[in-house]
Amino acid sequence: MREHSSRVYPEEPCGPFPTPPGTYTDPEGREIALSVVTHPEDTVRGVADGERTPIDVLTDMYQQFDPADRAQGIPPSSEDRIRRWLEPLLENGVNVVASHDGSVIGHATLVPDTDEPASLTAPGDVEWELAIFVLQDYQRGGIGTQLLEHLLGHASSLGIDRVWLTVERWNGPAISLYKRVGFELCGAESFEQEMSILLGAGV
Amino acid sequence: MHVLLGLEGSDESVETLETTIERVLETGDDLLVAVVDKPEASRSPSAVVDLAKARLEEADIDAEVRQLEGDPGSELVDLAEREGVDQLVIGGGTRSPMGKVRLGPVTEFVLLNATTTVKLVR
Repeated sequence: MREHSSRVYPEEPCGPFPTPPGTYTDPEGREIALSVVTHPEDTVRGVADGERTPIDVLTDMYQQFDPADRAQGIPPSSEDRIRRWLEPLLENGVNVVASHDGSVIGHATLVPDTDEPASLTAPGDVEWELAIFVLQDYQRGGIGTQLLEHLLGHASSLGIDRVWLTVERWNGPAISLYKRVGFELCGAESFEQEMSILLGAGV
Repeated sequence: MHVLLGLEGSDESVETLETTIERVLETGDDLLVAVVDKPEASRSPSAVVDLAKARLEEADIDAEVRQLEGDPGSELVDLAEREGVDQLVIGGGTRSPMGKVRLGPVTEFVLLNATTTVKLVR
């Protein structure tokens, strides 16, 4: 059931992209681990406390998120709202986290663009919406690009091909980053700019 | 206060209608409802007119419901000016699968061009 879409995708597929797990040393010499969140109940590689689930460690991260870095209403600000926002992302989405010294400091996620995620059999049947978040102290050091590329590599290995996002139209640095990786502008002119990428099969 | 509520055929508009009715019941504001035609919306303009009339009657609010033809944003802004309303109320955006707020071109047009105060309902 390939759902109807009016979104335009680039003709040429992009890739290959690196797949997690991976490591990256940022310009300040910090060792960053990039890992897939495999299941809502599993522990996250690179995160110190093995007793805590992904939603716990990600809630911690989003509670430290600078409110000034929020975009288009996400992430929400209170713990309760953060958890309710994360639940469907972890249940139905594809998630890669960046961690440093045992704490999650970045998160990249893909959410299926469907009203019935539970009945989704082939990931390539739907489009996926992408978002990336990096804590302020770790921004501008290439971690966002690493998260983005590892998420796209992992998505491609799962059979996902169409990925889109929206970004605030005045957010030039983010638009440049997405363009470097292969996203192209698409969609209506509004406060938000839509961008899309077509992923090549496999890696 | 004289309030103009702009609706189209989305779920977001239905919620905006409900919120505005609650507010009018509290304030006793003078309400005018205008239904615009947004072709991609899930409900037709006449269905929205019927829904709005039914809900207003249930709430015992005496308000006129008008259907507007033509470009939704400019029709709303024009009507707000012609009627000299104090506030133009519209829906405050849909949510993407990720939960991002999305403001469409009608909202953008209204925000940038209205000469009255605009209220986005969330």
